Amino acid sequence: MKLSGADIIVKTLIEQGIEVIFGYPGGQIINVYDSLYKYSGEIKHVLTAHEQGAVHAADGYARSTGRIGVVFATSGPGATNLVTGIATAYLDSVPVLAITGNVPTTQIGTDSFQEIDITGITLPITKHNYFVSRAEDVADTIREAIKLAVSGRPGPVLIDVPKDVQIAKCEYKPADKVEKCDPVPPKEIRIAEAAKIINASEKPFVYFGGGLISSGAEEELLELADKIDAPVGCSMMGVSGIPTDNPRFLGMQGMHGHFASSMAMNKADCIIALGVRFNDRVTGDRFKFATRTKIVHIDADGSELSKTVRADCGLRSDVKLTLKMLLPELKKTKHPEWNGEIADLKKREENGEDKREGLTPKNIIQTLNGFLKPSTPVATDVGQHQMWAAQYLSFSQKRRFISSGGLGTMGFGMGAAIGAYFGTGEKTVLITGDGSFGMCLNELATAVTYKVPVVILLMNNGVLGMVRQWQTLFFDKHYSNTVLGRKTDFVKLAEAFGAKGERVDSIERLSAAFERAFASDMPYLIDCAIDKDEFVLPMLPPGGSMEDIIIKADK
Amino acid sequence: MNRYTVAVLVRNQFGVLNRVTSMFRRRRFNISALSVSETESAEFSRITVLFDGDETGEQQLVNQLYKLPDVCSIKELKKEESFSAELVLIKLNNNPAVRDEILAAGKAFEAKTVDYSRDSIMFQLTADSRRIDDFINLMRDYEILEICRTGTISLERGAATLRKITNY
Repeated sequence: MKLSGADIIVKTLIEQGIEVIFGYPGGQIINVYDSLYKYSGEIKHVLTAHEQGAVHAADGYARSTGRIGVVFATSGPGATNLVTGIATAYLDSVPVLAITGNVPTTQIGTDSFQEIDITGITLPITKHNYFVSRAEDVADTIREAIKLAVSGRPGPVLIDVPKDVQIAKCEYKPADKVEKCDPVPPKEIRIAEAAKIINASEKPFVYFGGGLISSGAEEELLELADKIDAPVGCSMMGVSGIPTDNPRFLGMQGMHGHFASSMAMNKADCIIALGVRFNDRVTGDRFKFATRTKIVHIDADGSELSKTVRADCGLRSDVKLTLKMLLPELKKTKHPEWNGEIADLKKREENGEDKREGLTPKNIIQTLNGFLKPSTPVATDVGQHQMWAAQYLSFSQKRRFISSGGLGTMGFGMGAAIGAYFGTGEKTVLITGDGSFGMCLNELATAVTYKVPVVILLMNNGVLGMVRQWQTLFFDKHYSNTVLGRKTDFVKLAEAFGAKGERVDSIERLSAAFERAFASDMPYLIDCAIDKDEFVLPMLPPGGSMEDIIIKADK
Repeated sequence: MNRYTVAVLVRNQFGVLNRVTSMFRRRRFNISALSVSETESAEFSRITVLFDGDETGEQQLVNQLYKLPDVCSIKELKKEESFSAELVLIKLNNNPAVRDEILAAGKAFEAKTVDYSRDSIMFQLTADSRRIDDFINLMRDYEILEICRTGTISLERGAATLRKITNY
């Protein structure tokens, strides 16, 4: 049957099992929107307030489900508005397919109205991108792009389709749903090398990140930790990967990680790293990081092996597949002395914990924990609130902590929460700050329109808290441009958008507010005041090593 | 610091050179020469990269290249196992006072005189990079008007080829 390029775009997405698209129409993608009108019974489109919100929603959808998220935007500003969101997905290895319209091929290169070289712009922030110049290529390009986005180390892919290609007609042949590429197993000799290192270890530490979650290797990880009697820690991208209450789990490590987790990683004689990339927020000064420690590094992306820290044994393959091959080669052991050391570290962490009463960040997040179901997705923005969330939230189901790790995108949370709702159908939580929320709060409109039951916990301190913390510690309290001094009434703002809201100034009232918020089937904002001089602790100063860790701060 | 020669087989697609060089730029790889051309198959282009760096850097360069979907195959070409060549065109002022010296030097290097006018002499020389450097250095004694060189191209000795692989 002959269809237009635009129809083929929508038909191919339906054929590939895509259920929902986030996006925003415009002149050069209007034909595709006409096709959406035609096929509206078979595929849902969510109209956001801004293209950035749409791409973050596609990202949140993908993170919460493990399926690819799809976003549409028009040419020019529509396409450039996607850039931050595509980069966010790229840095956190999230499968997102962005389809943009462009001016007709005859006008490409002439700087015509709303023409932009989006394949050029997104070259370094996509796994790959395509400029489609014939309607005949549309369907296969979409299939190839989806395969690429979800295979190996996942990531975003962009397809730019000029308007004349959307209009041109050609034959459409339906095809099967594309599958992920089968992972190539690691070399046997590497498995033997890894087993030798791990079997010789007295103080093993299992360290995982987002790659473990995308590989689906949670069970294998827990089996590994039990077999070699090792504590487990994670990067921020690993949060929610395994249940928080697992006795072996010490929590997130790194710049603002749990004391015991960071210390254990530092004291270990062997780190088994699963789907991580040893980012600077994890290692501090990488030349001082784990210098006496053996590192066994498993990652789907070979370029991550020995990129920032040298791996004694690097295995380029799927984490799950590799662990399955590795586990039979490992000796079942006990390390009572090492686990005694870990217990001491945990005790030291507990002793140093914030035990204040009242509306402290820790108490706020722990109060929220009481309202979360295992299936509730929690999205965050970026800053202090994000670190508190990563430190104190409890999870028992994977893909429930949705946060911008690599790029650290303020404004990510609102769109991501909407996407997570469409992905899971669950009541969703957004933890945000007044700084981050200010960046993309326009998506409240989207949440109201689509009746997204999102509970927005706004930790409001009137300052850009994370930057302020650095200014306090490293810049002699020069609070340059971090005191917001805004007069925004967030409750009225929520109401103006058609949502509900209330203000909270005590921990008792916070519980009651959560009762109402979680009972609401509409977006519900809780404006929760916190002190502007709260710190995220512990803190490893940027570029420092474990000796420089700040446990308590004199303000 | 070592010099590595890396041969890369890429899908012959619009903008593929840009994808490769954009990656080099953003990760700040130190590339001293790069050449690209058609191959035995219309499906592929071949890029020869000369990279200056250490072993970790070279490994990282190869790994990052592998991540580009248009890259089909990569091979480091070791000096002793491959043949490399480069072409230079060099134009000099045809000064009668030193004309004989210039022509003698050209002859000594077996450079071909490809253009000759009252005011200029142009040589063409195909050799390895080192020999071309030597030739240019020698010519600096005279008045060089223009130089253009292609960058190294390289093939493995024997029957070995850059194997085609599927790359995701």
